[in-house]
Amino acid sequence: MDATLQLLSIGSPGWGGVLLAGLAASMQVAFGGFLLGLVIGTGGAAGKLWGGPVLRDLLEVYTTVVRGVPELVLILILYYAGTDAVNQLMALLGLPSVDISGLAAGIFVIGVVQGAYSTEVLRGAIQSIPPGQIEAARAYGMSPLLALRRVTLPAMLPFALPGLSNLWLIATKDTALLAVVGFAELTLVTRQAAGTTKAYMTFFLAAGALYLAVTLISNLVIGMIEKRALRGMARPGGAT
Amino acid sequence: MSEVQAPAAYVAPKARSLFEPHRIVLMLIFAGLIFCVAWFMRWDWLPRYQSRLLYGVGQTLLMLFSTAIVGFLFAVPLGLVQVTGPKPLALLARGFCTLIRGTPLLLQLWLLYYGLGSLFAQFPEIRSSFLWPYLRQAWPYGFTALMISFAAYEGEVMRGAFAGVPKGELEAGRAFGMGRFTLFRRIWLPRAIHRALPTLTGETVLQLKSTPLVATVTVVDVYAIISRVRQETFLTYEPLLLLALIYLCLTGMLVYAFRLLEKRIPTRGA
Repeated sequence: MDATLQLLSIGSPGWGGVLLAGLAASMQVAFGGFLLGLVIGTGGAAGKLWGGPVLRDLLEVYTTVVRGVPELVLILILYYAGTDAVNQLMALLGLPSVDISGLAAGIFVIGVVQGAYSTEVLRGAIQSIPPGQIEAARAYGMSPLLALRRVTLPAMLPFALPGLSNLWLIATKDTALLAVVGFAELTLVTRQAAGTTKAYMTFFLAAGALYLAVTLISNLVIGMIEKRALRGMARPGGAT
Repeated sequence: MSEVQAPAAYVAPKARSLFEPHRIVLMLIFAGLIFCVAWFMRWDWLPRYQSRLLYGVGQTLLMLFSTAIVGFLFAVPLGLVQVTGPKPLALLARGFCTLIRGTPLLLQLWLLYYGLGSLFAQFPEIRSSFLWPYLRQAWPYGFTALMISFAAYEGEVMRGAFAGVPKGELEAGRAFGMGRFTLFRRIWLPRAIHRALPTLTGETVLQLKSTPLVATVTVVDVYAIISRVRQETFLTYEPLLLLALIYLCLTGMLVYAFRLLEKRIPTRGA
């Protein structure tokens, strides 16, 4: 027991600090990827709802392909082929090759994956707003942008929150896949620590506890956000 | 479009024909792109790896179906216990689902393979038992990790489905004099499965997309074969694009199979 605690200590003999640094890297990627995904998803949902037929079909191809291919494969393609393509483009323009940081590549990869899912979540949420509310906004003479900001976005929030919170939890866990391409996030540093010390169970269980803590804290925060977003509203689809 | 969209704009556009003018143009552009890409890429390695790729696809599907079927068998009691079970058992099932769903599958897999595997090796009783040859292979660990994760996710789905079966239907069954087991087998379970099928489709697709993870613990599936190709041919794009295409086809077929199942089940269950 004592030896185990020593292995997990933050200081020099232990690997606790390394694990925490890995967790920080994971969270950075998850947060950045989730935000990038939200931006892509907002644009995608708007394009799917209000765009022309060509844009709609292109977005359909994007969401279908990303949702039909394993995240791991997408990560490999975007991580290796993406950085390679950037450098080839730089060479074509006669510029020196750039060294893309693992963090940026990770955020980009997770963001592209999340974007496809959040496109669908946001599109579905906007579609489930009762049409009467939008008619009311129009009857008040609101401009499209004002109606979007004051009516559509707040009204879709209750429908989008469950899906978005799911996506956030998926984002935190998808970061583990970056271990396969050698990005030093929590799962990879855990395996390195375990391999060095041969204390496999200790480190994997510790990392599991860290991930679980992230999930549970996220659930608490999501609960608070939901409470705030749903104030003064009948809960859609019954309380769970 | 200066006005706010009328409600009609929010209704999903009708499913249109595949052969509208803009779609034909788009398809031609895509076909041209794919042709250009394929032209400049090297595919001469494909015949050499053909049989191994087929074997890999078979292994992926075997992994998917075995874990999905066994996982579902565990998911049904997991869901049911949370709805009707005694409090401690329900809490236990709830905790199990939270635990598994709260940690990444890759971590669970590595915990089983590296952690449990190294733990087993320390006990001479296990090392000399008849199980040892199996415990030294990667397949059982991959199977166990995927199966447990599937059971936890589907357990949540089934919990909702069991709770959502209208009370009146169960009362009707009771009024017919059904015992608890008959009621469960004839009414509760089929109605719950029927309700859960669309979500089960999604979960099974997610499960298919998690199978390549087992390659990281040396299970030889289609992903592992492609990794082999990449190492041996030093090609970056070609094997990965082929892999993406293979998975797209598999996902499409899986979704189609579930559609057929959805059409079939209500006539029997309800």
